[in-house]
Order: sequence, then structure tokens, then C-alpha cells
Amino acid sequence: MKKGRFGDYGGQYIPETLMKAVQELEEAYEFFKNDPDFQNELGNLLKKYAGRPSLLYYAEKMTRDLGGARLYLKREDLNHTGSHKINNVLGQALLAKRMGKTRVIAETGAGQHGVATATAAALMDLECEIFMGKEDTERQALNVFRMQLLGAKVHPVTSGTMTLKDAVNETMREWTTRMADTHYVLGSVMGPHPFPTIVRDFQSVISKEIKEQLLETEGKLPDAVIACVGGGSNAIGAFYEFIGEPTVKLIGCEAAGLGTDTPKNAATIANGTVGVFHGMKSYFCQNEYGQIAPVYSISAGLDYPGIGPEHAQLFDTGRAQYVPVTDGEAVSAFAYLSRTEGIIPAVESAHAVAYTMKLAPTMAGDQIIVVNLSGRGDKDVAAIARYKGVSLNE
Amino acid sequence: MSRITEAFANRKAFIAFITGGDPDLETTEKLIPAMARAGADLIEIGIPFSDPVAEGTVIQEADQRALESGCTTDKLFDAVRRIRQKTAVPLLFMTYLNPVYTYGKDRFMSRCTQCGIDGIIVPDLPYEEKDELAGVCEGHGVDLISMIAPTSADRISLIAKEAKGFIYCVSSLGVTGVRSEITTDTGQMVQKVREVTNVPCAIGFGIATPEQAGSMARLADGVIVGSAIVRLVAKFGRDCVEPVSEYIRNMKKGMEATVK
Repeated sequence: MKKGRFGDYGGQYIPETLMKAVQELEEAYEFFKNDPDFQNELGNLLKKYAGRPSLLYYAEKMTRDLGGARLYLKREDLNHTGSHKINNVLGQALLAKRMGKTRVIAETGAGQHGVATATAAALMDLECEIFMGKEDTERQALNVFRMQLLGAKVHPVTSGTMTLKDAVNETMREWTTRMADTHYVLGSVMGPHPFPTIVRDFQSVISKEIKEQLLETEGKLPDAVIACVGGGSNAIGAFYEFIGEPTVKLIGCEAAGLGTDTPKNAATIANGTVGVFHGMKSYFCQNEYGQIAPVYSISAGLDYPGIGPEHAQLFDTGRAQYVPVTDGEAVSAFAYLSRTEGIIPAVESAHAVAYTMKLAPTMAGDQIIVVNLSGRGDKDVAAIARYKGVSLNE
Repeated sequence: MSRITEAFANRKAFIAFITGGDPDLETTEKLIPAMARAGADLIEIGIPFSDPVAEGTVIQEADQRALESGCTTDKLFDAVRRIRQKTAVPLLFMTYLNPVYTYGKDRFMSRCTQCGIDGIIVPDLPYEEKDELAGVCEGHGVDLISMIAPTSADRISLIAKEAKGFIYCVSSLGVTGVRSEITTDTGQMVQKVREVTNVPCAIGFGIATPEQAGSMARLADGVIVGSAIVRLVAKFGRDCVEPVSEYIRNMKKGMEATVK
């Protein structure tokens, strides 16, 4: 099998100009992933700065209310900066430092990855520039200001659909212009090799912890792990340690927007076909001529027309299953978790909660579901109010 | 020798780029034969793509205009077939991999042959992924053009050894677009290519003026101009045929003046 492939998926479909940068990155990563100093430093940062391990919380009220499987929430929302994104960003920023880079650039959708990158850059004295679709800068204005407070420069992207995919386009263009001192902190398990592998490795801390924590409290593995999927980094992080455990069902929840039978969705596995985009071969929402579709979701973080190549392989082999969840279902789950457990989830993570609400009652009382609560919902409160027609006078 | 390579015989080639279907396919059908008459030795036709990651804003906007005017790969193939009746100039497609991949690689190349396309440039297909198209291109007699960049260094000889048609030397870091100055040592890039192959080299990215075309033509076998032409198409719309022809005549003069 060729390098950087997950079955036939993945690869390095990028302009020649960038090949040197990704090859340098691969070389550096291969070295530092086995370097005890690097691993120690990263371990320390995760523990003392990001607040790991994150809690594995038994959602007793939700379990009782839904009736069925025992529900655990992996509380990535409690990490510093409020989502799983920090796991990957601390790893990549540290790698960038070791490679002698002085500047980082990144795309962001909801702003979570941008905030995490700006945070790591502030901590490690790296110059930081974030590219964010103009539409997203409006949906997530608070995160734009957070990034600026952290010292990052935020570029609103006005090309294309002005959302996440366009932010990725623009960050790639920027990287092509300036590689010598700049590392591109890609935010998900996507893009050209070695990014899908690097990001997955840094996020796999989530499933490592789930396994340990659950063995400690329940003495067994979960029956199902559920996570939301845009590019798929929190999902692969939550799945990774369980891929080799066939009794553990792996379920990714895609953004179905207004429904998979409408054009307004971002459900790549449900509606997409195989193609090559953003440096990788994978599934994409596109038309018959390979034009990438303008996708839609209430959640800016899942509003992406593709999915990481490892997920494409997990889908093809049947190892993981991918289900569509609509805006409406996600918004209901957002409210439900807030009221039932006193936890306001990110609207992205609410997609995973929504499917859990359907699945849990169909399972037996001695079965266990772990839901990856990838982020906290503070950033979404205004958008949810708008969705519900509530006007907030801030 | 392919028709593309022949276009470099005994002269410095001027390679002109336009986005197919910008502002509409009727204009493209008039423009390409006129560009050939004005002196373009090869013509690159961009297949408009929703997300052209290697392009600057000028060509991004051209792709957008073309898609909005309803240009599709099938309609562009039909237009090229008609253009081929009017001109013998070598024609190349410039396209991202996805439109080729989703169309069906074999089906795409066989239509290229039917319509008279001589070569294809795929900016998101580096040497490592070349196998994706190399076999099927070869099978249909379509030259798959290789690109080298200022960052290629040791990769140049690797890439050049297997090159077909001509080698596209990217003059600068970054995306396509007009630049006031080209700072890369393109002469050295071309030298490295010549150490391993006789396949001609053409320099592209950032070239807009007759002076730039002249100085690049001294270093290489050809020059490629895209954004500067597309800017004229954007400015004059359906009336772009004459201004683009005039521009090409001036660029050719600039090249000839320096080479002599």
C-alpha cells in the first residue's frame, strides 16, 4: 500500500510547491513521535495546561430518563479552550516549534480550532493567523474576538461559500506562499498525508482515556462509541483505540442540516461520492462534474463537504457506521442535555447526543454507550436563540 | 514527438491560458482561434472548478463566472470539438483532479482524444500521485504535463526524467497571479531540468509584461501567461477577442525582441 493511505483513500493531492513542506513535516513527525523529550513535553502540556485527562461522566439522569443503555459522556468540553481541538493543536504547535517554525496558520469553522491554535501560539510565542469564512465570522463573532484577544490575526474569507471549505482553500493558498517559517496547523483528520495521521494520533488520547476510565469504573469496554463527524477529528480520536475491538460499535453522526433529501445538508457519507479534494481522496458532497457542493449545517464545525480518509475506509469496511442528524434533532438534543444534566454542549456535539437519544432506549440496561462531548456550547447560545426566534439584547 | 513538443521546435513558445466558458462558451469558441492567429503557440483551457486551490483571485473569479454561465465539462468538450475544426494549435486542459476523477478517468481521456485535446495539466497531482492519471493518459495519447516549483530542489531530476510534452516551471511561491517581480532563480531550475531531459521547459506564474516574457524566454523554451489574459477577459467580457489578440501580439514581440 502507498504511503499515507487508508485503503485507497488519503494520499497527497497537492501542488508541487507544497510537497517540500509536507515531506519535511512527515520527516519531523516520524522523528518526534518517538522522541521521549517531545512526548514528555506534550504529556505535560496536556495534563497541566489543557487539563487532561478529561472526565468520563456517568450521565445518570439521562440514563434513567431514556431507559436502556448506561450513558457516559467524555467531557472534552472541559478541556482548556472548551473542545477537543486543543489536543491536536498543542501537538502540532510543539512540532512546529521543534521544526524551527515561527509562525502558524490555520483554518477554522466554528472558531474552536482557531481559538485553540491562537491559544497554543500565544503560549509558545508563535505568530498566528487564522482564516475563517466570512459567514462563520458572523455566526461566531465571539470566537473571532477571542482569537484577537489571544493575539491572532483573523482573515475573513470571502471566496466561494464563505464557510469552512473556503477557509481551508485560503489557508492552503497562504501556505503555498510562505512555507519556510510557517506551519499549517490543520484542524481535522483531513488534507494531504501526513495530516490525517498526525491529527488522529494527537486526538487518540481521547479513546485511550475512555478505555482506561471505563475499565476502571465498569470493568469492561463500551458497547458503542458515538461522536459527531465533520472532518472527523473528535470521532477518530474517540474511535481509534476501539477499532481493533470488534464488540465496540463505532457511530459517527453527520450533519443532515434541513434533511438529507434537501440540498441543505453536509452529510458526506449519506449523500457524497468518492473524489479528490483538499489533498485527499475520500467521500465528498459534489455534483456529477466533481464541483464541490455548497453544504449547510446549523453547526459551523460540521459544515464541511468532505470527511477524513480514515473514516471513508472505516465506512467502506463496515467497521464504523455513519448516521445523519438534522438541525432540528441537534437543537432538541442541545436543549435536552442542558436541562437534564446541566451541561450545555456544542451544537456539533449535540448531533452525537441526538443519535444517542434514539439509540439508548433500544439497548439493554447492562450495555454502555460513550458519547464524545467534543465541545461546550457557550459559543452557540446566540445561534440557538436565533434558531428558536428568541431575540437577545446583549 | 508529440504535437505539444513540436510547438517548441525552432522557436520560443508562447502559451496562453484562458478559463473555458468565461464569460460564456460562445466567447471561448471565438477567442481560442483568434489567440492562435495572434501568435499563441499553445493554448491552455482551464476547466472551471468550484475550489481552485492553486489559483489567485483573478482565475478564481473567472472559474466562478464560467460556472455561473452554466459551463460544464461536457459542454466544454463539445465546444473544444468545434474549436478543433478551426485551428491546429496544440490545446491543453488545465484542471484539478476531481473533475477528471468524477467524470471517469478513462471516459475523460477518451473524450479528450475525440475532441482534439493534446495534453492535460493537473496542479494538484504531484509526482507521488502521478500514477492516478499517467497510464490512462498514455493509453489515450494525451500528454500529462509535469510541474516543478521553486521548492522542488532534488525533486527536479526525478520529475523531469518522466516528463512528457513540456515541463511547467512554476516561477514563484504562492498561487497564480500577476507579479511585479520574479525573484526565483528560474534559470537554475531550467538548467537542472536540462541535465536529465530534452523535454522543453516553459515558465509560468506571475508573467504579465512583454519585458518579463522576454527575460523568461531567454532562460527557457517558453512562457506561460494566464492571469494577465484572464484579467482582459474579465474587463472586456464578450468583447475580449480583440484586446486579448492585441495583448498576445505585444507579448510575442517582447519575446522576439529579447531572443534576437
